[in-house]
Amino acid sequence: MRHIASWLRVLWNFWWDFLVGDTPELFVAAMLIVVVAIIVRPHSSVAVILLPLLAILALAASTYRGAKASRSRGSGGPK
Amino acid sequence: MTPSSPSTTLILVLAVFGASAVEMVEALTIVVAAGVSRGWRSALEGAAAAIAVLAVIVLVVGVPLIRYVPINALRVVVGALLLVLGLSWLRKAILRASGHKALHDEDAIFAETSAELGSAGGAGPSGRDAAAFAVAFKGVFLEGTEVVLIVISLGASQHRLGIAALAAGAALVVVTVVGAVVAKQLSNVPENSIKLGVGVMLTSFGLFWVGEGTGVRWPGGDVFIVALVALFAVVTYAGVRVMKSHPGPYAAPIAPVLPGEGVVS
Repeated sequence: MRHIASWLRVLWNFWWDFLVGDTPELFVAAMLIVVVAIIVRPHSSVAVILLPLLAILALAASTYRGAKASRSRGSGGPK
Repeated sequence: MTPSSPSTTLILVLAVFGASAVEMVEALTIVVAAGVSRGWRSALEGAAAAIAVLAVIVLVVGVPLIRYVPINALRVVVGALLLVLGLSWLRKAILRASGHKALHDEDAIFAETSAELGSAGGAGPSGRDAAAFAVAFKGVFLEGTEVVLIVISLGASQHRLGIAALAAGAALVVVTVVGAVVAKQLSNVPENSIKLGVGVMLTSFGLFWVGEGTGVRWPGGDVFIVALVALFAVVTYAGVRVMKSHPGPYAAPIAPVLPGEGVVS
């Protein structure tokens, strides 16, 4: 039983790190894109513009967040 | 519609090959470190055992996915998974290319693994080295897990598990041959550039499958993947340019200008 619990914990940690890790915003963005795709599916011409746009916005926001964190570590952290 | 155009297949092969090559470079670094510091037999056995386990996972998980899960549901789940993975690879690669994140250093991994193994006990009475086996197995298995996910995701969503597995196998052979020839010069592999390219392809496939699985009609059908690849390539290029204009703490230092050099009077 203990082995199963430990195996489940390892599995959970793996998937958590893999999907969420230190970029939870990308996981949320992917879920949002799925929801938006379901909502706009009857209007494919809207989806064709909106879905890539959402992905680009998510990438830009997450990259900006990463760069900001990196700069603040670089200037304030121990050298 | 089931994508079957040559361009889609080519992108699938390139994405799996690139992703596998990137992950295998790191795995190979660990195996080489284990082989050099503890002996090749146990290191190679550990690597081979990990590859066998990963191949079994592809068969056990991938084949039932294709046979029993409704294709549209599979595409939405796989698309979302690829989207998270692709965007995360792109983010990391853009941050590395612009000096906001340290580049992956294979030399450091090699030195670290060698030092770690140097302090372990000697080989057992059978001549097998448990430490080298374990380190090689762990390195190949952990790096390979991401490859397995990509192979299963891309292969299952296009009903091309065989082609995806072959592309990953080809990457394994190429990286192993290159690794055997150049040995410790794996740090020369342009890992971040490959990661950028693969990130673009995974993101494009992810978005395409999410749309396809939910019922969005992409213009031109599966050929639209090529348009998405082009779009994300341009966005990534622009992202790197913009981020480079505000270089981060890991940006390569600008070479000092020597007296009389580069000055036009």
